[in-house]
Amino acid sequence: MANVLVIAEARAGDLRKVALEAVTAARTLAAQSGGGDVHVLLAGGAGIGAKADALAQHGADKVLVLEHDGFALNNPEALTATIAQQLQGGAYAYGVFSATSHGRDLSARVAARLGVGLAPDLTGFAVEGSAVVGQHPINNGKVVATLALSGAPALLSVRPAAFQPVPDARPLAIQAISSAVDPSASRVKVVELKQGNTDKIDLGDAPVVVAGGRGLKAAEHFKLCDDLAEAFGNAAVGATRAVTDDGWRPHSDQIGQTGRNVSPDLYIAVGISGAIQHLAGMRTSRTIVAINKDKDAPIFKIADYGIVGDVFDVMPALTAAVKAAKAS
Amino acid sequence: MKIAVCIKRVPVMEVKFAITADGSRYDEAGLKYDINDFDLWAIEAALQLKEKAGAGSVHVLCLGPNAAQEQIRKAMAMGADSGTLLETDARVYDGLAVARALAAELKDGGFDLVLFGRIAIDSMNQMTGPMVAELLGLPVVTNVFKLDIAGPTGRAERVLEGATEVVEFPLPAVLTIDDGLNKERLPSLKGIMAAKKKPLDVKPAALGEQTVTVPRMALPPERAAGRIVGEGADAVPELVRLLQTEAKVL
Repeated sequence: MANVLVIAEARAGDLRKVALEAVTAARTLAAQSGGGDVHVLLAGGAGIGAKADALAQHGADKVLVLEHDGFALNNPEALTATIAQQLQGGAYAYGVFSATSHGRDLSARVAARLGVGLAPDLTGFAVEGSAVVGQHPINNGKVVATLALSGAPALLSVRPAAFQPVPDARPLAIQAISSAVDPSASRVKVVELKQGNTDKIDLGDAPVVVAGGRGLKAAEHFKLCDDLAEAFGNAAVGATRAVTDDGWRPHSDQIGQTGRNVSPDLYIAVGISGAIQHLAGMRTSRTIVAINKDKDAPIFKIADYGIVGDVFDVMPALTAAVKAAKAS
Repeated sequence: MKIAVCIKRVPVMEVKFAITADGSRYDEAGLKYDINDFDLWAIEAALQLKEKAGAGSVHVLCLGPNAAQEQIRKAMAMGADSGTLLETDARVYDGLAVARALAAELKDGGFDLVLFGRIAIDSMNQMTGPMVAELLGLPVVTNVFKLDIAGPTGRAERVLEGATEVVEFPLPAVLTIDDGLNKERLPSLKGIMAAKKKPLDVKPAALGEQTVTVPRMALPPERAAGRIVGEGADAVPELVRLLQTEAKVL
């Protein structure tokens, strides 16, 4: 019997999909520990409490809502203090974070504050006796380490898209909590959140990713990727490091060793040769399609389906075909 | 400006790793090593800040095996002034144990900034920087890809998924450096010669109890060999058919 506290990630007043993934992972953890409650800490500005229901729908027994203007933007110092306060005192055996920029940062701070171990970026786990044993990709994803974590509480973060949210409705139970410290007293102040394209689906959440490389030859040709993404309707556009280095696409669109890890249902690599630094960020995608004019490009070694050809010929045809398929 | 940069010796990843027969770790035979990519950008950031300030020092701190002196010397060849190796032969995956050893060494250093790379590409822990900050009671900004230091305060932009955050912070502080801030300089011949004479202190790493251990390692499952559907736009109908009927993603 072990209770779990999940730290739900919200941004600009909305829950992120990773929050539901973390709740699903926490339900598994509680079940494997012989049952237990899953509580979720949700912090944000005015109105964030309205987002608690989605957490209950996915298995949260109770949502601890911290609603305060001081958390409308990320406030890592005050959040660290508040999470640490909740985890102290023995109510929880585990703390579960999302292995995102925010979750990685918070989990490390909380672990150091409490003096407990942290198993990061897990793609799977099992409870073995008093320890959590989890899988964590290392060496650029070329090796998988099994981590054994003990500690009270034991902290872990789960890799985005490694756990799919599973509906598991509970009655909505909300407990309002307050910040452990004055949120306006934080030394580090987030003064602005610059959203990418708010009307577009985020790379990390998109079931389909269309990624472009140098083979597109110029920034304006990314329209081919944008058009295909639009034809799918549930797709985001990413890019290789070469492309973000050249300023063709924003830095936050970079997929690979030095950028984002994505793991969509469908990954379409457009004019990407497949350097290992890029493969490190997308090799766990469920289905990979590659379009490249060089039949010896390394991307074809990991692609489920390849088309050898000029992206300027293939992409318009593919976009039209996807549109037709979606319409039928 | 007095800056410390924490760096890590990591394997060069352009190899096919093998797991030892007992399944406990990856085989290190024949591996080459270098400074972790992100740490190179942290070193470069420190050197640029020192140059801009016109005064100060850049100290490099590394926890690793004796051979990691090679990476400290490379940082010195780039321009760092001094270095300390906290020596251990253990392969430590417990980020908190590493952070405690680094924090103990940094505690009385009087640094204005302590820089880390955002993540080590071997352990992929991405936690040591913020843990050290917490242990030292310092403000921390992670994933920094834009940075401006003006007197006692700094302004940084940090990378999130599909967004960025603008952050203000006071010095002294801990920062973890992401891709995009700079391109690291190459050591010059003069730099390489000068590095040989710079002070490098070697002492045992004080690694305490470890709460995270690695009992096993394995290679990730291989992707099943794919196939070339065809050439050019003519292959599109067959690709769409496969995506619908076989992969069931359309």
